[in-house]
This record gives sequence, C-alpha cells and structure tokens, in this order.
Amino acid sequence: MIEVRNLTKHYGSQRGIKDVSFTVEKGEILGFLGPNGAGKTTTMRILTCFMPATSGTAKVAGFDVFEDSLQVRRRIGYLPETVPLYTDMKPPVYLAFVAGLKGVPYRDVKKKVAEVMDDVGLNEVAHKYVGELSKGYRQRVGLAQALLHDPEVLILDEPTIGLDPRQIKDIRNLIKGLAGKRTLILSTHILPEVTMTCKRVLIINEGKIIAEDTPDNLTQRLQGSMKFEIRVLGADKEEVREGLKGLNKFKNINHLTGEGKDNSFRVEMKEQRDDIFKELPVFFAQKKWGLRELKQAGLSLEDIFIQLVTEEN
Amino acid sequence: MRNFLLIFQKEIRSYFNSPIAYVVITMFLVLSGYYFYNVFASFSTVSFQALSDPMLQRQSGLLNITERVVRPFFGNLSTFLLIMLPMLTMRSFSEEKKSGTIELLLTYPITDAQVIMGKFAGCFGIFSIMLLLTIPCFGFVVAWGQPEIGVIVCGYIGVFLMGGAFISLGILISSLTENQIVAAVLSFGSLILFFMLGFAATKAGPGMRDLLNYISFIPHLYSFAKGVINTADIVYYLLFIFVCVFLNMRALESKRWRG
Repeated sequence: MIEVRNLTKHYGSQRGIKDVSFTVEKGEILGFLGPNGAGKTTTMRILTCFMPATSGTAKVAGFDVFEDSLQVRRRIGYLPETVPLYTDMKPPVYLAFVAGLKGVPYRDVKKKVAEVMDDVGLNEVAHKYVGELSKGYRQRVGLAQALLHDPEVLILDEPTIGLDPRQIKDIRNLIKGLAGKRTLILSTHILPEVTMTCKRVLIINEGKIIAEDTPDNLTQRLQGSMKFEIRVLGADKEEVREGLKGLNKFKNINHLTGEGKDNSFRVEMKEQRDDIFKELPVFFAQKKWGLRELKQAGLSLEDIFIQLVTEEN
Repeated sequence: MRNFLLIFQKEIRSYFNSPIAYVVITMFLVLSGYYFYNVFASFSTVSFQALSDPMLQRQSGLLNITERVVRPFFGNLSTFLLIMLPMLTMRSFSEEKKSGTIELLLTYPITDAQVIMGKFAGCFGIFSIMLLLTIPCFGFVVAWGQPEIGVIVCGYIGVFLMGGAFISLGILISSLTENQIVAAVLSFGSLILFFMLGFAATKAGPGMRDLLNYISFIPHLYSFAKGVINTADIVYYLLFIFVCVFLNMRALESKRWRG
C-alpha cells in the first residue's frame, strides 16, 4: 500500500531524513518511533504530499506522491502533529467544509459528518467554536477530518500527544478499531502506545531507520542474555553476593537496593535457558535464606529504544 | 468548481466571523462618505454663487457635476482602497501559514489554482460589498443633478478592475510571508509604488514616459473615470491580475519544493 524507497530530504544544508526505505501492507498498522526531531514528521509530510523529497520515491496505493499528488491526497487522511484547525468555525461546519474538499458527494456530506462526529465523540461540543475547544476535543476534530472520506491510508502524527489519560485511552481504542480496514501509520515518541496499537515498529533516529520489526521480535532480538531480579531476606549483601557467585551461574551481580538483611540484586545468566527457577529456591533453602522475590527482568520497549538509539551514537 | 466555491465560502465566512470585514467596510464607507459630502457640498456652494455671478458661469467645467463630483470621487475611492484592501488581503495566506492550517489545506485533494482563486474571489466579494455600498452617494448626485450615468458606470468598472489588481497583488505578497504585518507593509509599499510610477513620467524621456504611464495605476483609472472604456486599460488590469495569480501559484509550488 505504501512503498518508500531511499527517501532523503535536506533542509538547506541540514539533513532531515536520509535513505529511508520501508513498505506498509494493506490493513497494517505501522508504528513510527523516534525521539523528537528524528525525522518522523518529515517522512509523513512527504507521504502526504505537503513537501517533496530531495531524492528517492514514495508511492501510496501505487501512485507517486510527486507525480500523482492529487490521486495520493484523495486516498490519505492526515492528522498533523500540531492539529491546525480553523478556529473560527464550529466543528460541524468545519467538517462539512473538509468533506466537500475531499470530494464527499453533496447529499452525503451531512450524513458523513454526523457519522464521524459520532465516532470520535464530538456531539457534546458541536455548538462551540473550534477555537474554544480543549486540546483533547481539538485532537478529535483533527482525527474526524482525517477520517471523513473513508481514506484507505491514515497518517497520524503523534495523535495522543497532550491528552489526558482517559482521552488517550479513547483515541487508542478508536485507532485500534480502525485496524484491518485501513492502512495506518502512527508516529509517536510514547513507547507503550506502540506496543498497544501497532503490529510493526519502525525506529528512526537522526533521520535514519535503525530498526524495523514487530515489538515482540525487537524485544527478543535485543534481550541477549537473561536477567533476573532477586530479593533475599536473612543475609547481608556481601554474604549473598558470595553465595550467588559460588553457584557459578551468574555474571554481573549487582546490588540494587536494600540494607541489613533485606537486599535486592540484579543478576545476568552466563548461559541461556538455565532452569534457575528450580535451582535457586533449593539453594536458598539450604542456606536458610528467605527468597522474597525472583523475577525475570524483561527488556521493555523503552530499554530497546534507548539501547538502539545510544548504540547508533 | 466545487472546491473553488468551498474555499470562497470559507473565506467570506472567516471575514465575517472576525471583525475584519465589519471594520474595513465601515471605515471605508466613513471615509468615502465624508469625502463625498465635502466634494458635493462645495459643488453646491459654487453652484449657488454662480447663480448671481456670470463670470463664474463662464468658467469651463466649473459647473459640470461629472467633472467636479463624479471624477474626483472615483479618484479618491482608489486612494481609500489602497489603504483598505491590504488590510483584507494581508491575512489570506499568512494566517494559514502561521497557524499551520496550510498544511492540511495543501494535503487535501485540491489544486493550488482552486485555493488561490477561491481566496481571491472571497476577498473580491468583500470588496464588492463595500464598493456597492457607495452607490447611494450617486443617488444624491442623480437626484439633484444631471450627471452622465455612463461615466458613473464606467468609473465603477474601472474601480472594480483596479480593486481586483490590488487584491491579486496583496494575496501574492501574503503567500510569501507568514507575518501579517510584513504582508501588509509590503502590499502598501508596492501599491503606492505602482501609484507613484506616474510621477516620474513627467520628467522622463518620451519612450520611458509612455512605459511608466502604462505601468502606473493612475492613468488607467482616469480614463475610466472620464467615461472611456479603452481595451488597453481593461487588458492592463486583467494582465496585472493574471500575472499576480500566476506568480502566486509559483510561490505556493516553490513552498512545496523548498519544504
């Protein structure tokens, strides 16, 4: 559905993005992840035909964004990061205006606007001017205008930024509801959002793509050796450290917190797949120590992200 | 066509949703009404004096209402428009750029030409309203004098064309900057420059004089105000509008190029 090849964009002498390539299948939700200023918005602006790339090609539904810009724009619903709206209109009037520009047939405009306002939950503010709306409602108006003409492709630039937790949940549910029917690109720098909504993640940093996979695969790939957190009662930290060392299964035994006879450690396995959950309690029982906590420390998407971004540097 | 009408409608609505349209139209009518009162009152004073003074009656043109009231009135309308129209045009693209709405507008499936023509037509609509509201002035002239109706109609055609030229230039300039003040100052400046080009004509050589006179706004309006419909004048204004709209399209396109 979306095909991006070697996309590069320069702003004067500054580099926006460099050699970005990826494809998105029909019905897929792609998460676009990166720190601020990484090039997410630039890529999206090129895809929505707002500005052209310095080099490289991008195709949406088989149409080139530069050659067949009008065809591409007909198929795209776009929510820019800043949600720029005309503040002197009321939502229904604004949406009717946009519906017209997007080619919704005359007689369907009213019905379509009512439908979309229902979907995003705008009915309670229909009588207010857009300029008077709170950030959350403006975001909904922005989302509504993107959805108006049932576009095949939706491009949402940080759709949940600046919303309160309840609103974030609403918007995420809405986005999830769109999955399958439409192809979706979603940019964000809030990581849990990606795990919750996206099937595939693309991590971009300083204008370059540094990873592309499913959230699960990314976690696995970068996990490396297994890590555990252990909380031990009934022994000093040096005593426990020596004991754990004596088992000869761990490397990097780090004391995390605690004092006296209650300490937490983070340990890393020397070899993968050792059955530690069986052996460790037995060992502790022999020593007459209390095992308060034993858990695997999984890598969160945050860890992966930071790892990737710092590796690059 | 539908897109053009939608943009047109949106422009008109936003002029009336903000105080801009009311303020500009009111101010323009106050200025032109006051000027009309003065020029009409002094004409009637002169007419009264002429009743008892045969010397005055013999001065040519002094008692010609077309020459003494209608023509100066059109001349001054153009000056007021020079001040008022940049106030209307300065926001047209600058505001959209500043607030970022241009990003959405340009990613909708509409052409640049539709956007520009819609905005031009919206502004021209407001301008038409304020110009048509000056017609009552001529009601007085017709009720208490015998002006040449042809000249009045002709003058309006001229002012409409000139206003169109002002607007096209103002919108072009507003598409070049996101600062409304800059847009307004540049529009004032260049409009006044087009007005004053004629001043240099008196001192220039023969070839240059014709050129300067042709480029300047004033001579073209004066022939309309005299009741002459000259194809050259119509072509001048239409060409001016066309060039501005064309450059405006290039300007929007270049924004896409430069990012």
